[in-house]
Amino acid sequence: MIPASFDYEVADSAAHALSLLSEHGEDAKLLAGGHSLLPMMKVRLAQPAVLIDIARVGELSGIRTEGSEVIIGATTRHAEVAGSALLQAEVPLLAYAAAQVGDPQIRHRGTIGGSLAHADPAGDLPMALLALGGAVEVSGPSGVRTVAADDFFTGPFETVLSPDELLSAVRVPRGGDVPWGYQKFVRRANDWAIVGAAAYDGRVALGNMGGTPMRALAVEEALRGGTSAAEAAAYAADGTSPGYDIHADAEYRKHLARVLTRRALEGKTG
Amino acid sequence: MEVKLTVNGMTRSDEVEPRLLLVHYLREICGLRAANVGCDTTSCGACTVLLDGESVKSCTVLAVQANGRSVTTSEGLVADDGAMSAVQQAFRENHGLQCGFCTPGMVMAATSLLAENPHPTEQEVREGLEGNFCRCTGYHNIVRAVLGAAEKLSGDQTNTEVTA
Repeated sequence: MIPASFDYEVADSAAHALSLLSEHGEDAKLLAGGHSLLPMMKVRLAQPAVLIDIARVGELSGIRTEGSEVIIGATTRHAEVAGSALLQAEVPLLAYAAAQVGDPQIRHRGTIGGSLAHADPAGDLPMALLALGGAVEVSGPSGVRTVAADDFFTGPFETVLSPDELLSAVRVPRGGDVPWGYQKFVRRANDWAIVGAAAYDGRVALGNMGGTPMRALAVEEALRGGTSAAEAAAYAADGTSPGYDIHADAEYRKHLARVLTRRALEGKTG
Repeated sequence: MEVKLTVNGMTRSDEVEPRLLLVHYLREICGLRAANVGCDTTSCGACTVLLDGESVKSCTVLAVQANGRSVTTSEGLVADDGAMSAVQQAFRENHGLQCGFCTPGMVMAATSLLAENPHPTEQEVREGLEGNFCRCTGYHNIVRAVLGAAEKLSGDQTNTEVTA
């Protein structure tokens, strides 16, 4: 399978990437690791006229602390997030989530910003960012804006990003001592979650239970009211709208959401 | 556009279309046929090569993304005198293959795994090869081969092939 023809531009800075985006408009797509975009281009679900490669822009990569947050550059690869001693100590949920993406080869190429911008409702990073209550930094022609994870995902593979904007960094709270759990149910190696659940500090996020990653708000409310984790998890499927496929029907997905939420709230990983 | 890569230690320049996939560049332009196109969907790992020393699936990398970087295929692990690398030798000794289609990708994934984790447990080998499918062997001899290579390499610290 071979992508449709396109022009290829290499950005040498974030500002250069933005000017190339302005120049080419909706015909252009940003390319970092390419592990969400290239598979779609190979089956011609995506046919951008121009690819703007941002993988060589140094300022878009790297992991650092700033006050009470850790900031991760958009083109930081999953292997770097998973292997970061800083993240393992300060934001262990995020390091763990990155280690669950695909397989080693995919983690050597795929990036945190790419996964979030791709916004697969079954993806690991969207669910993790939502559970953490993190945010993304978005650069555009009029400057930088910060968008909370709660406001970022708008539909299946859709976000608030405009065609002339660049997701430049990810912000997550430091909290090495905060209880967390992460559950991903799969049938096959290197697959997406059939259902996922992540818990952090009383927040619960679900993967693949609707068109976007979503908070399990009824569970969170029950927890705030003093309900036990096991009882609160019974509300995990409230307000969800899971799809169905060869792996699982909607009712089974709702069952999984309840079981995985309970395990995540108990601090389990798997 | 023109790309300049180091392929198996040799620098070369080629004029390529931006949409050319790295695996097709290696097979059709460089004439290196070790990396196979299996699933063509980033799943099976038969096309695995090393990009700057790290395993990647070359069906999901553009040749232009590898511009200025170093690529190693299974051919490149063989020494000038024809000696196979420790990983390749271990696959032979442990019969870690049957039809052989997945083998070049398995060897490259295993080489990358051992570079990152020289002393893996059996579980770590199995998880480290998660991105490579073998439809013949049931993986038992492949896992034995990788563990055997790790043992050989750690018992022979002076072996300069460790970084191959």
